[in-house]
Amino acid sequence: MTDQRPDPDRLLAALERESEQAARGRLKIFFGACAGVGKTYAMLGAARQRLAEGADVLIGVVETHGRSETAALLEGLPLLPRREVAYRGRMLAEFDLDAALARKPALIVVDELAHTNIEGSRHRKRWQDVEELLAAGIDVWTALNVQHLESLNDVVGSITGIRVHETVPDQIYERADEVSLIDLPPEELQSRLKAGKVYLGDAAEWAADNFFRTGNLIALRELALRRTADRVDAQMREYRADRAIDRVWQTRDRLIVCIGPGEGGETLVRNAARMANHTQAEWIAVSVETPDMAGESESHRGRRRNALTLAASLGAEVCSLSAVNPADALVRFAINRNAGKLVLGRARRGAWQRLLHPSLLDRLALIEHELEIVVVGLPHHENRKEAPERRLPVNWRGYVWAIAICAATTAFAALLLSVFDLANVVMVFLLAVVGVALRFGRGPGALAACLSVASFDFFFVPPRLTFTVNDTQYVFTFVLMLVVALVIGQLAAKLKFEAVTAAEREHRSAQLAELSRALSAALSTEQIVDVALQNLAGIFQARVSILLPDADAKVRPAHAPDGDFVDLAVAQWVFEHEQAAGRGTATLPAAKARYLPLRAPMRVRGVLGLLPGHGLVLDEPAITRQLETCISQIAQALERVHYVEVAQEALVSMESERLRNSLLAAVSHDLRTPLTGLVGMADTLAARPSRPPEEQEMILGMRDTAHRLTAQVSNLLDMARLQTGRIEVKRDWCAIEEVIETASRQLSVQLASHALETRIEPDLPLCEFDPVLIERVLVNLLDNAIKYTPASSRIRISAEQQGRMLQVSVDDDGPGLPTGPTERLFAKFERGDAESAQPGVGLGLAICRAIVSAHGGQIEAHNRANGGAGFRFSLPLGEPPESTNLEKDA
Amino acid sequence: MSSRVLIIEDDPVIRRFVRSSLETEGCEVFEADCAGRGLIEAGTRQPELLILDLGLPDRDGLEVIRDVRSWSRIPIIVLSARTQESEKVAALDAGADDYLVKPFGVPELLARVRAQVRRQASMAVGEQAVFGFGDVTVDMIRRRVTRAGEEVHLTPIEYRLLTALIRGHGRVLTHRQLMTDAWGPGYAERTHYLRIYMKQLREKLEQSPAQPAHLLTETGVGYRLLS
Repeated sequence: MTDQRPDPDRLLAALERESEQAARGRLKIFFGACAGVGKTYAMLGAARQRLAEGADVLIGVVETHGRSETAALLEGLPLLPRREVAYRGRMLAEFDLDAALARKPALIVVDELAHTNIEGSRHRKRWQDVEELLAAGIDVWTALNVQHLESLNDVVGSITGIRVHETVPDQIYERADEVSLIDLPPEELQSRLKAGKVYLGDAAEWAADNFFRTGNLIALRELALRRTADRVDAQMREYRADRAIDRVWQTRDRLIVCIGPGEGGETLVRNAARMANHTQAEWIAVSVETPDMAGESESHRGRRRNALTLAASLGAEVCSLSAVNPADALVRFAINRNAGKLVLGRARRGAWQRLLHPSLLDRLALIEHELEIVVVGLPHHENRKEAPERRLPVNWRGYVWAIAICAATTAFAALLLSVFDLANVVMVFLLAVVGVALRFGRGPGALAACLSVASFDFFFVPPRLTFTVNDTQYVFTFVLMLVVALVIGQLAAKLKFEAVTAAEREHRSAQLAELSRALSAALSTEQIVDVALQNLAGIFQARVSILLPDADAKVRPAHAPDGDFVDLAVAQWVFEHEQAAGRGTATLPAAKARYLPLRAPMRVRGVLGLLPGHGLVLDEPAITRQLETCISQIAQALERVHYVEVAQEALVSMESERLRNSLLAAVSHDLRTPLTGLVGMADTLAARPSRPPEEQEMILGMRDTAHRLTAQVSNLLDMARLQTGRIEVKRDWCAIEEVIETASRQLSVQLASHALETRIEPDLPLCEFDPVLIERVLVNLLDNAIKYTPASSRIRISAEQQGRMLQVSVDDDGPGLPTGPTERLFAKFERGDAESAQPGVGLGLAICRAIVSAHGGQIEAHNRANGGAGFRFSLPLGEPPESTNLEKDA
Repeated sequence: MSSRVLIIEDDPVIRRFVRSSLETEGCEVFEADCAGRGLIEAGTRQPELLILDLGLPDRDGLEVIRDVRSWSRIPIIVLSARTQESEKVAALDAGADDYLVKPFGVPELLARVRAQVRRQASMAVGEQAVFGFGDVTVDMIRRRVTRAGEEVHLTPIEYRLLTALIRGHGRVLTHRQLMTDAWGPGYAERTHYLRIYMKQLREKLEQSPAQPAHLLTETGVGYRLLS
């Protein structure tokens, strides 16, 4: 039953979405069919309730439209002051995004999601403000009418006859965490309108006659209800997918919409968006560039670009293909991307046009494929005169040359005629036509063809010097000649064009190859920046700046000159939001330059600023594609160098670590070896019998001093290790009683003069610590107890479990600690009594504290109630490993 | 104690006092100041005990241990100037029998040397059927353990652990060696088992388990059975 398992990809996507949403604020949309249904009213009512429940609610912006009921609800709610903006001599109040972000409430109410901000605001649209609020983790409540949804925009427009220009991408609606439909039957709405509750004064009348007709209202209401139902449906599907209720998993169907240069591209895109939405399909908007398109007018390009931008904003993946035969390319692309459906637009075309330029649909019919093709009828605006198009400059020189070459050919042919037959002379004209077409293109080629036929008729066909022809056979010759000349000429011109395009493509890929070669040779960030600046400026004929983040994640131009056009605030925004901004984008479009994030696989590595020179259209698909490729190459190069640097740093620190360790080891070795000699020789001397007692005492004193010296050297070395944080805690599951045993055994000689008592709680669990280090702590504490108490004092070591900690104490009944804060004892080079005769430099307790802290425990000192000093340290017990396989004790 | 002892140590002062203290004990002492010289001496003098410094100028002490172990089972006592436990463990795993951390006193040295010589002598007699320490007697043939005449019940693993300690008595046995002996090679890393069983053994066999006299801990290294 493999089909019972949830689709892992889908689960993963859902998980990703969830984790992303956990950090994001939640978006709730109060959704309605049209103005006046009471969205704002409902939203404010709910906000009041939340405020009463103690939530941190802030009213970001609310339009009351003079409705008194709504205004009444606003009372008592905390209002965010609006930002006053001067616009065309008037002061307008706008939503203050920065103040809202700074105030950071838990929930903010921002009315009218579809609102367009005043020019000069950070974002063009309010929904972008809302996105930023959500990204900052603030919950947002907002209101939206169905006609403002991008994909329904033209449907609503055609129903009501009124187009709204303020639209919101469908994704915003789709991704909202909650949508609350505010519904009001049309009759009730109309009565509200009549009562002046929706619009005031003249506006109310106008609205009642136009927009608020019963038919409109019913249609809008149906749209809103359906849209909400779709959403519920999608949630249901998601739920089923989560729980693996479906038995059969449909493969997600991909849909491709092909954008042409004609009008109605946006209608086509909206249609495709709706189709994709209904079937929950991914969709791709494709534009195919053909060689013919080089001569395309600016308005065609603009339309194509707009349609693609719209598609992207509606959630499509946008692609542009480059091919001679668009039908072929589309079919191949569809197969590659596993798409089953192709959506095309169809405009009305004249019969002549159909014959000369077979449509994409006709061409697709010629290819064998299994695609489902959906044709969308596009409106044809005959009455609308197209704006005068900026045509490519006509190549007058070519035409002049065509005339001149024809004249020269005529003269040459006249010479030839004395030798050759007329039929051969015709070939000379054909040659001339081919030459002109090759050199100057189609127009001059066609002119040359016509001129050749004319001059052949005029000068060479009897009767000469007239266009009349005696022999009707020549008419046939002319027709043939004209057709052949035209066809050859056009073919030649096309060949030439393709060669030019190929050369251009070649040039582009050569530039890219050069860039990637230079980047791969770059070894440092500076080199990458240099390479990138040089190459990009050349490729795009633009001024380029690269901004890299500093330690505080603030971007700065990474090079001295040429960065003067950069607006750091915009670049910083781009870096933080990982989105393009500036000229030609939806964010801060007023900026002079465009800013693009240098996005590498791991994270954004910097920002590219591009100030286009004259004649560069950044939205040209070919340019965009090339720019994207360049950017990703630069970003990857930056990331590569970054990781190289990280690795180098690690290597350097490893190297210095090794050096430090070997130095410490050497110091330790070099000090211990002579000390061993000293101790050994003192022992040997002491063992010799028959020596005066004072000499014997001196020898033993020598030995003890050598031992103490060793202890101090050990302490200093240990402190050096601990100090640099290089202490390596080799944790193991140990029994504390073993450590107590070895520590007291180490000090057995010194302890002989004292009475040691150990009290260990029975059945103490194992505890995870480094036994060598903890032994050191105990030895230091015991040693202190021995040093600072008179002989025959009692010393007690006890270990017990306190909650989830293991507590070990070393107590004595000596004179106790000096008065004052006991905390000081654990500082370095600190001793209880500065002038004490006891040897030592006061590192012992500092080492104890460092070791215990490294284990996540605590150490403290105190004076015991009935006299004497007490030291206590605790270690976290942790979860001991399970001891399976331990035999049962029979 | 009249044995032939070879000392390989580069520091002349240490060589000298070790020699003089061992000679007063009646040992015959040979010296070598580097590993190369030491190996030649070891091969020609046929010593009964080897005292080896791990920090030699020409070769790593570990190599010397492995080299000697490839042809001889003589006891090796290692002298180490470094405090890192890992070095001791490596030397013991390579075949050393005991270690002394510098600086060490003469009494310490002599105690270790005597223990090794005694062990060597008992090994020469052959496997003992009955082994005793403190008031404990272990009868290897009948697999019986008695303490002060009373029979002590040991679980199979406790018994295996005890016999592993007895086989290496007088030597420092690393955690790894004991785990492998008592549990098998797959358990070498689970030293917490060992700690639990050592605690049980002490409770059953030691007079004062908190201050054991025979089953001793070598912190960070392993255990040692002192008879």
